[in-house]
Amino acid sequence: MTDRLPGFSTLAVHAGAQPDPTTGARATPIYQTTSFVFNDADHAASLFGLQAFGNIYTRIGNPTNAVLEERVAALEGGTAALAVASGHAAQLVVLQQLLKPGDEIIAARKLYGGSINQFTHAFKAFGWNVAWADPDEVESFERAVTPHTKAIFIESIANPAGSITDIEAIAAVARKAGVPLIVDNTLASPYLIKPIDHGADIVVHSLTKFLGGHGNSLGGIIVDAGTFDWSKDNKYPMLSEPRPEYHGIRIQETFGNFAFAIACRVLGLRDLGPALSPFNAFMILTGIETLPLRMQKHCDNAKAVAEFLSTHPAVSAVNYAGLPGDRYNALQRKYAPKGAGAVFTFSLKGGYDAGVNLVSNLKLFSHLANVGDTRSLVIHPASTTHSQLDDAAKVKSGAAPEVVRLSIGIEDKEDLIADLDQALRA
Amino acid sequence: MNHDAYDDNYIRSILNNVKSIAMVGASPVNVRPSYFAFKYLAQRGYDMIPVNPGHVGKALMGKPFVASLADIDRPIDMIDIFRNSSHIMPVVDEALKLSPLPKVIWMQLGARDDAAAEKAEAAGLKVVMNRCPKIEYGRLSSEISWMGVNSRTLSSKRAPIPTQGMRLSLNRTSFGGGQTAASDRAAKNKTETT
Ligand SMILES: Cc1ncc(COP(=O)(O)O)c(C=O)c1O
Repeated sequence: MTDRLPGFSTLAVHAGAQPDPTTGARATPIYQTTSFVFNDADHAASLFGLQAFGNIYTRIGNPTNAVLEERVAALEGGTAALAVASGHAAQLVVLQQLLKPGDEIIAARKLYGGSINQFTHAFKAFGWNVAWADPDEVESFERAVTPHTKAIFIESIANPAGSITDIEAIAAVARKAGVPLIVDNTLASPYLIKPIDHGADIVVHSLTKFLGGHGNSLGGIIVDAGTFDWSKDNKYPMLSEPRPEYHGIRIQETFGNFAFAIACRVLGLRDLGPALSPFNAFMILTGIETLPLRMQKHCDNAKAVAEFLSTHPAVSAVNYAGLPGDRYNALQRKYAPKGAGAVFTFSLKGGYDAGVNLVSNLKLFSHLANVGDTRSLVIHPASTTHSQLDDAAKVKSGAAPEVVRLSIGIEDKEDLIADLDQALRA
Repeated sequence: MNHDAYDDNYIRSILNNVKSIAMVGASPVNVRPSYFAFKYLAQRGYDMIPVNPGHVGKALMGKPFVASLADIDRPIDMIDIFRNSSHIMPVVDEALKLSPLPKVIWMQLGARDDAAAEKAEAAGLKVVMNRCPKIEYGRLSSEISWMGVNSRTLSSKRAPIPTQGMRLSLNRTSFGGGQTAASDRAAKNKTETT
C-alpha cells in the first residue's frame, strides 16, 4: 500500500507478474492457447469493441505476453507496451501507425544492418521514405526535417560499433519538428539506458538480444512513453481520427496516455499479424529476471576484453565507448555510466586475412550473426554479413576488411582473453 | 492538492469509498468513451446514474437518463464529468447546490479546470482531473495489465479471478501516481502551453 518506488532489480523480477488467479502458480504460466472463451454474448461484444479488458485471441493479446509487456514497460518507465514476434516486427508495427505512403522517417545512419535493409527496401515498397542522418552530427537531423517527416529513429547504443547516441540532442530536434522520437534500445537494455528519461516517445527492442539474453528466443517489443500528443495537428490519423475498424472509436481520446500501445495492438498487430509465441514470451520473461546481473557482467567483461585488445600487438584499433580515449567516452559516462554495453568492434593490423584467421582460430567465441547472448560471439563482417558490398561501401558501413565485431558474454573474462590471445597468435 | 500527479492512495480511497456515481455527459452511443466507462463501472458494482438532457426518456444499461444533477432522487457520492474543460464550471456550480453535497468531483481524461477544482475543494470535496475512473480501477486492480499497461502496482498475493459484476481488490502495493514520471511531465507541459 505504500508508495515506495521499487528498484530496477525488483521490477525485473516482479513487474507484471502475480500468482496465477486460478491455480496459484507462482511462475508465470505459459498460456499456450490460441483463443479464450467469452462469458456470454455481451462480454464477447464488449471485448471486440475494446470496451472491456480481457483476452480474445492470441494474435491480439495473451496473458503470458501481457506479463512480459507490463514488465518491460515498467523497466523502461513507459505507460504500456506491446510484445511482437521480433525486433523487426516491432519496427514495422510502430511505423504503420505513423506513416502513410509518401511520408518520411529520418533515421540514424548508424543502425543494425538489418534495420537499414528494412528501411531501405521493404518500407520503400510501402511508400515510406527514409532520410538518413548522422548521429554524430545532430544538425544533419535538423536539416532532414520536411513537412512529410513523421518520426525520427535512432539506436541508443548503435550496432555494430557500440557508439553512443546523444539522445537528448536528437529528442530536441524531434520536439521542434513536432514528431515522435523512436529509440531502438536493444544494445543498451533499460539497465544501461532508459531513453524515455532522455526524451524518447517510443522505445523498441529486439528482445532476441540482451533482454531474453540466452540466444534461444526471438521477440520484439514496443514501449509507449505516454508523452506524445497525437491529436495536436491531425498528423497521426490512426490515433486521432475515428477508426472505421472499431465503429468510429478515436484511440487517443479513449485510451489517453497509453493510446499508442493500444493502436499498435488493435490496428497494427491485429491486422499485420506478427504475434509473439507465449512460449517465447515465457523464455524472455525468465531471461529478464536476471537482466541486471547479466548486463553488469556483460559490461565488465567487455571492458576487460577491450582493455586487453587495446594493448595487443596484433590490434590496430579498438572502438569501445568504455575506454577513456574513445570518442564516445563522454557520451557513455553521461548516458550509460554503469557500462558501455558488450558489443564493439576492433581492427586487426593483418587486414582481411587476419580477420578470417582469427574467427577460425577462436575456440570459445562462437562465429555467428547475433549479439546479446550469454555466450561470447564473434563475426568478421567483411567476409560474412557485408561480403556483398564493395570495399568502399564496406568501410562506410563500419565493416572495413580489418574489422571484427564481438559480443561479449558472461563467461569468466580470463577465459575470453586467453581465447582471443591464442587466436591472435595462431 | 497537486493535480499534476496523484498519489495512488488518494485515487484508491475514492474508488474504495464511493458507491453512487452520476456521470454527466454520459452517452448511449456504444463507441463513446463515456459509454465504456459507464458500463465498466456499473459492472464493477457502482450505482451509476446517467445525466444528459439530450437523452431523457432513454436508459443506459437499464438506468434512466436524468436531465440534470438536481433531478437525481438519491444522494450521490461522486460526479464524473464527461465534458470539455470549458463546460466544467457550471457542472461544479450545480453540484455544490446539492444536499447532501457529493464527496468527489472527477473530471475525465483530457478535462481540467483548476478554478472549478479550487471551488469544489474549498467546499470540502475531493477532486480528480484528467483521469478516467475505468482506467484507474483497472490499473489499481491490475485488471488492465491484460492490455500490456504498466499498472505500477506489484503483488505477491493471489488475485481474485475477474468476473462480471464483481468488485476487485484495489489494495495492491503501488508505486507512484498511476502515470509514469515522463507522462506526468508531458501532461503538465501540455496544460501549460494550451
Ligand atoms: C539493434 C537491433 N535492432 C533490431 C534488431 C532486429 O531484431 P530481430 O532480429 O529480433 O528482428 C537487431 C537484431 O540484430 C538489432 O541488433
